[in-house]
Amino acid sequence: MSDSNVFPLGHPRPRKPAPPLLTAESLRYQRGGRELLAGVSFELPEKGITALLGPNGAGKSLTLRILMGLIPPDSGQVGFHSGFSGRIGMVFQQPVLLRRSVRANLDHALRIARIPRRDRTGMIAELLVMANLTHCAENAARSLSGGEQQRLAMARALVADPELLLLDEPTSSLDPAATAAFEDLTLEVAAKGAKIVLVTHDLHQARRLADDIIFLHRGRVYEHRTASAFFNAPESAEAKAYCTGTLLT
Amino acid sequence: MPLEGQIVEIVLLSLKVSLSAVVLSALVGIPLGALLAVGRFRGQSVLIVLVNASMGLPPVVVGLGLYLLFSRSGPLGVLQLLYTPAAMIIAQTILVTPIIASFSQQVFSDLHHEYDEMLRAMKASRWQTMATLIHDARHSLITALLAGLGRALSEIGAVMIVGGNIAHATRVMTTAIALETSKGNLYLAVTLGLILLALSGVINVVMILLRSRLERLAHV
Ligand SMILES: Nc1ncnc2c1ncn2[C@@H]1O[C@H](COP(=O)(O)OP(=O)(O)O)[C@@H](O)[C@H]1O
Ligand SMILES: [Mg+2]
Repeated sequence: MSDSNVFPLGHPRPRKPAPPLLTAESLRYQRGGRELLAGVSFELPEKGITALLGPNGAGKSLTLRILMGLIPPDSGQVGFHSGFSGRIGMVFQQPVLLRRSVRANLDHALRIARIPRRDRTGMIAELLVMANLTHCAENAARSLSGGEQQRLAMARALVADPELLLLDEPTSSLDPAATAAFEDLTLEVAAKGAKIVLVTHDLHQARRLADDIIFLHRGRVYEHRTASAFFNAPESAEAKAYCTGTLLT
Repeated sequence: MPLEGQIVEIVLLSLKVSLSAVVLSALVGIPLGALLAVGRFRGQSVLIVLVNASMGLPPVVVGLGLYLLFSRSGPLGVLQLLYTPAAMIIAQTILVTPIIASFSQQVFSDLHHEYDEMLRAMKASRWQTMATLIHDARHSLITALLAGLGRALSEIGAVMIVGGNIAHATRVMTTAIALETSKGNLYLAVTLGLILLALSGVINVVMILLRSRLERLAHV
């Protein structure tokens, strides 16, 4: 992989490339004698949506958890750009919502982020509009539809104004309409400047959303290229097989 | 004093002592349960074993221990607590706290398992985590309070020793039943026994209704 490939096609390559937002260096993670991550390295460009693509069990969620700091790797490290704020948000594959109303879920997150009470009401209203949840603000969060639950999880992740947003297969259990709504929300958040890492095993979703693609298989990075380059002609045999649906995991 | 008056007095004192003990136990036991579920500190596993073992403390032994503490020549004799309702409340609090702590630890552990990564991703502090768990598990805790109240209302060994079963002062349902039975005063004993049974039943039903109603109101 060379980082000359990670700029979206059509954009002139800047003379001095912006430093990467984040550098993952030789991440290794072993459990039960299996090498779940076998030296994963990549650099995340400063802006846009990076798709972490790969079959089930490739190690995508594990990588995301390490980036989030939820689990430490056995070896290797994650380094951030010196100006990075440290604000990272995460949306899990299965939304974990509090046993409270939609509004109370957001209020809870704002309180944890130490936002004073007088500012919270307005911020909650904004988040509800953005996630299109105003109509069910007083409903029990866990009674919402899958799509609404994931949008609430996204709204909650936005509370801390993340500079980096990690999405772990957020639409894997949603129907097409709910998936489209979530993708629109994701694009809106990206347009406001947050860097997004989207874990997905859905090629079409990666094609629709991603600026660059990291292809992960059996705990290794096989490719990291712009989305158009990747989809035009994947370099590795594994990525090729994945794109044609013939990759054996 | 007419019989009815005596019975009312005894029942009210029982409720006062046992409910006070449950409230105090909840104030200690629920945060303790949360700490045991969420915390990572030295001696934690020892404390967990200790709390669980204390659920089976024999009431007479607790009563005896407190008797030694509170008796005139004991280390806390100056407080003059022996043979007062306060001593009875303390004794029952010691008996009930481990029940509430252990039960709530179980509830909090389950919920923490579910919430842990999400709360860590939000960078919630340990205290914020505990507060979140207590808030979201509050309905399940009603069951812990019920179990505690059951234990308090039905125990006799501790209140007998530290209360002394003094008429109009420290006589509660269980000690009165024992005394009246031994005096052959079966009418009074059986009446009190039935009241005790009915009370337990009513309290349980009310709490269970309250729990499901609260759950519906509170988006569980
Ligand atoms: N803590 C763990 N202990 C043991 N095995 C794990 C652990 N976490 C993940 N795995 C295994 O590692 C592999 C990669 O997991 P994961 O990152 O969840 O894959 P995916 O790419 O589907 O998100 C899977 O085979 C999974 O079973
Ligand atoms: Mg996964």
